[in-house]
Amino acid sequence: MSDATLDAYRADQFYLTEEHHPEGSTMLGFWIYLMSDCLIFAVLFATYGVLGHNYAAGPTPADLFDLPMVAVNTAMLLFSSITYGFAMLEMDRNRKNAMLAWLVVTGLFGLTFLGLELYEFHHLINEGAGPDRSAFLSAFFTLVGTHGLHVTFGCIWLVTLMVQVSVKGLIPENRRRLLCLSMFWHFLDVVWIGVFSLVYLLGVLG
Amino acid sequence: MTSLSSAHTHDDDGGHGTFKGYLTGFILSVILTAIPFWLVMGDVLDSKLFAAVLILLLAAVQVVVHMIYFLHMNTRAEGGWSMTALIFTLILVAIMLCGSFWVMYHLNTNMMPQMSPEMVKTLP
Repeated sequence: MSDATLDAYRADQFYLTEEHHPEGSTMLGFWIYLMSDCLIFAVLFATYGVLGHNYAAGPTPADLFDLPMVAVNTAMLLFSSITYGFAMLEMDRNRKNAMLAWLVVTGLFGLTFLGLELYEFHHLINEGAGPDRSAFLSAFFTLVGTHGLHVTFGCIWLVTLMVQVSVKGLIPENRRRLLCLSMFWHFLDVVWIGVFSLVYLLGVLG
Repeated sequence: MTSLSSAHTHDDDGGHGTFKGYLTGFILSVILTAIPFWLVMGDVLDSKLFAAVLILLLAAVQVVVHMIYFLHMNTRAEGGWSMTALIFTLILVAIMLCGSFWVMYHLNTNMMPQMSPEMVKTLP
């Protein structure tokens, strides 16, 4: 009885304090989407973990991976994360142009990351270490490729939002979208921590 | 008004991150990234197992740093539902990862013939 009353009271509080309910539920819904994305990556990590040592007499991570380039790639994503954060801080201050400038910087870091990753993939395939070479490489290309695909869509989303903000300004809808992309972008950086630690560093370590 | 409410719905302790918060997260991330790369590229540790455990540990810490300073996770956001969803996901991930490695490790050790790379090369 008392619990039910307490719950009802809490429910009342929730609706009273959160008047803009649709916006609030968008952020939670997007977080749930990110969690489902997290499961996709977890499955791919598990696949890589299981198949990562099946080289089929082909090249091993120590033969293939170029750690300095991975370090540069990691730096690119990390820089893009903090520049996106700066863009969000400018959005709080309602400074549209400063925010757009930071978003451009974020996008450039993202594109550099993608360029380096595509170069790496191209290089690997040219060396005969494509996804068809061994189970290790299939799992590697699937995992890292899926992450790269996410970054690609993040970049497309970023450009779309930059156009929307420059046309319509910092309206509540655009703020909400920018906050969703912020979560998406930082989430991709979190996934990359797993990629560079588990795939590249542990791979080269042997 | 609208900006206040959108900030409020995103994060219950008001606003989403500060310059100091982002900078703290960034500096911590740089340190936590540099150490594992240094460990592997500099070939610092003799024990590979110890190095691997250290790399995984640093990665886990960095994930938490990102969650707190960049994704602004806390127990109060969205009335605690973000954290609930996160914990649920982590449990699922843990079950799946541990289960996969456990099952596949036993499959490999019990069912795969012991073949060296040289033997594989001569397979038909």
